[in-house]
Amino acid sequence: MRLEFSEADERFRKEIAGWLENNLTGEFEQLKFRGGPGDEHMFPAERQAWEQKLAEGGWTCVGWPEVYGGRGCTIEQQVIFFEEYARAGAPGRVGHIGEGLAGPTIIAFGNDYHQQKYLPGILAGTELWCQGYSEPGAGSDLANVKTKARFDASAGKWLLNGQKVWTSLAHEADFCFVIARTDPDSVGHNGLGFFLVAMDQPGVDVRPIQQLTGTSEFNEVFFDDAQCDAQDIVGEPGQGWAVAMGLLGFERGVSTLGQQMQFQNELNDIVALAKENGAAEDPVIRQRIACAHADLKIMRYNAMRMLSGQDGSDGSLQKEALIYKLFWSNWHRDLGELAMDVMGPAHQVLAGKPYELTRLQSLFLFVRADTIYGGTNEIQRNIIAERGLGMPKEPRWPAK
Amino acid sequence: MDFAFSDEQEMIREAAAAFLSETSTSDAIRRAMLSEPGYDRDLWRRIATELCWPAVHIDEHCGGMGLGYVELVALQEQMGRYLLCSPFFSTVCMAVNALLLAGNRQQQAQYLNGVVQGQTMTLAFGGTAAARRGGQWGPEIVELIAQPDGDGYRLTGTQHYVVDGASAETLIVAARLPNTAGEKGISIFLVPANTAGLTRETLATMDQTRRQARVHYDNVQVAAENLLGTAGEGWSALRTTLDLAAIALAAEQVGGAQQMLGMTVAYTLEREQFNRPIASFQAVKHRAADMMTRLEVARSGVYYAACIAQEALAAGPLAGELSEAASIAKSTASEAFLLNSADALQLHGGVGFTWEYDVHLYFKRAKAGEHLLGSPVWHRERLANLLLDHEQAATS
Repeated sequence: MRLEFSEADERFRKEIAGWLENNLTGEFEQLKFRGGPGDEHMFPAERQAWEQKLAEGGWTCVGWPEVYGGRGCTIEQQVIFFEEYARAGAPGRVGHIGEGLAGPTIIAFGNDYHQQKYLPGILAGTELWCQGYSEPGAGSDLANVKTKARFDASAGKWLLNGQKVWTSLAHEADFCFVIARTDPDSVGHNGLGFFLVAMDQPGVDVRPIQQLTGTSEFNEVFFDDAQCDAQDIVGEPGQGWAVAMGLLGFERGVSTLGQQMQFQNELNDIVALAKENGAAEDPVIRQRIACAHADLKIMRYNAMRMLSGQDGSDGSLQKEALIYKLFWSNWHRDLGELAMDVMGPAHQVLAGKPYELTRLQSLFLFVRADTIYGGTNEIQRNIIAERGLGMPKEPRWPAK
Repeated sequence: MDFAFSDEQEMIREAAAAFLSETSTSDAIRRAMLSEPGYDRDLWRRIATELCWPAVHIDEHCGGMGLGYVELVALQEQMGRYLLCSPFFSTVCMAVNALLLAGNRQQQAQYLNGVVQGQTMTLAFGGTAAARRGGQWGPEIVELIAQPDGDGYRLTGTQHYVVDGASAETLIVAARLPNTAGEKGISIFLVPANTAGLTRETLATMDQTRRQARVHYDNVQVAAENLLGTAGEGWSALRTTLDLAAIALAAEQVGGAQQMLGMTVAYTLEREQFNRPIASFQAVKHRAADMMTRLEVARSGVYYAACIAQEALAAGPLAGELSEAASIAKSTASEAFLLNSADALQLHGGVGFTWEYDVHLYFKRAKAGEHLLGSPVWHRERLANLLLDHEQAATS
């Protein structure tokens, strides 16, 4: 075990910190600490301009291999990148779904055509992506998707019909990766395809969902004969589940350390407030702040273990990776409650009419999504028990 | 940055697990906990002379193996997992650290060579303040008076909750000079257990796997050469010793939390109700998932603290993080062990409530360890103090 970074890594840290200091200025100054969860709807155009600024500096897709246009950073350097990015208060990345999910999937499972067509736009920050997984009838039971993809041989195109839901950034995105049923008679994991679909076409309709925050980060996406070129399927028809599951593997990883720096910024705000309004003298609040601090530190150590270790040879996740989502989402939820309790009755007063939330109010409300999306806490516990502990699946009801 | 055990550390861990699974069995634990010293002397001799565990982080020039705190933590974790009854914790994780931090070369050479050969020691420091307000572990806990007497000192008073205090061959005793309070005036002494005026009584304790004693000092004479460090300036070394001990205890608790999870999963896979293994019920699985989450979270905190402990012993650049890392590790691991043992008891159903099954041994060890060296509440208040009561808050 070795905690320190190498000299080369520390030089890398200086390089990215220096670049951010010199470039997160002027028109981008207003974006500092903005655009994170609960604030993703803010400054979309300005944040895309920032994404392109990053690209100019070679700071998008730092973990991608160089052969695909990435920076080829080591795990340590990616850790450093995300830490410094968050430390500088640089804004939430509008390109994160392309960089973190679509791109790695296309690199791992796509062919030359996919890679040449889609990777450059992600690298340059010019093309944004969204994820078309969940449906009204396919939440925790993701394999229950009903959206259908039918190949129209005369037009040489796939035609998609169905509905996706909880689609972040759909209203900003240029493309969506969609799992849809290529075999209309199939059920479950079989008979699915993984499609790359352009959003700007008549067959795609995006409707924002107003959330309990009053804002709309999430959307419904309706496909009504939405078209997709014959080549824009990743993997074979019927094999989409394997691609989709491979992608979920990319959802954990180094970017979690950047998320932690953002958490640290939030905790720092709460600590400062507690000191200012005297809540820091209350013994119960003190315990809760100390607990939040300790658990955030541990989240970092856990991520360090996750990044240092090896997954099982059968592709199984390490134990520290299996527990990660459950742990951070519960932590973040509790932080939201702590924020309100530190504020006391003042937590009720909005920043403005009709329903403008302060940053901490937004935190308190938005974190209730953390324990639901990306696998609910209940599903996470099933995964931990089944994959981590080898406990049996609950018997299913017979198919209807 | 590499936050994983090296191959050599893995080997140490696996060898320890293999040895303990055969020697620290349920029968062996039950015999040891009813024996006079509270541990099996023959087994301890083997551990010291064949496996050389007490030598793990002692310098080679004192007869040690010269390994680090990460290796010590790897061993402690396994000893906790198999609930070994032994003086390892009191000797190596408490007293040896005090010697390493406060002793001079001659004291170290003499006593550390003894430890390597299996001699036992402990650290005695707590007065009645230990139990005040639910447990206090700061400098106020040191109440025993060290009255200067010629070149030496005379110790008078009583110390409580001394781990293995009745069986240890040598006590490292923290006392304070007359008319001092707080961090000032604390002095650390080497006191052979057979010194005149020293009497010790084993406490009957709920946890029978680790002994505690009350130690009475009636004008116990200590020669000047048995002073560790400088008279009146012992607090810094004592605090560091207690932090290092807390990290080692936390490692043991991670091992215990692991065993509770393992035993529970095995039992629920075997036990059938409603024609299915109870492990297939989500109500059971989700509780087990929470047990694993607590365990792995605690493990991450403890491994990090082990690295920081090594930094503290080697005066590395991160040594200043010791108290924070110790408080994070101890509060997290204590709760993980206690909650996992409580959940294990629940998920074992009726048999978990019996004397015959081992769950209660872990449950009791967990409760005892939770309060030893500072409860989670105490450690969190210490963290809160670091965070909230100073101008500069931790930011990274």
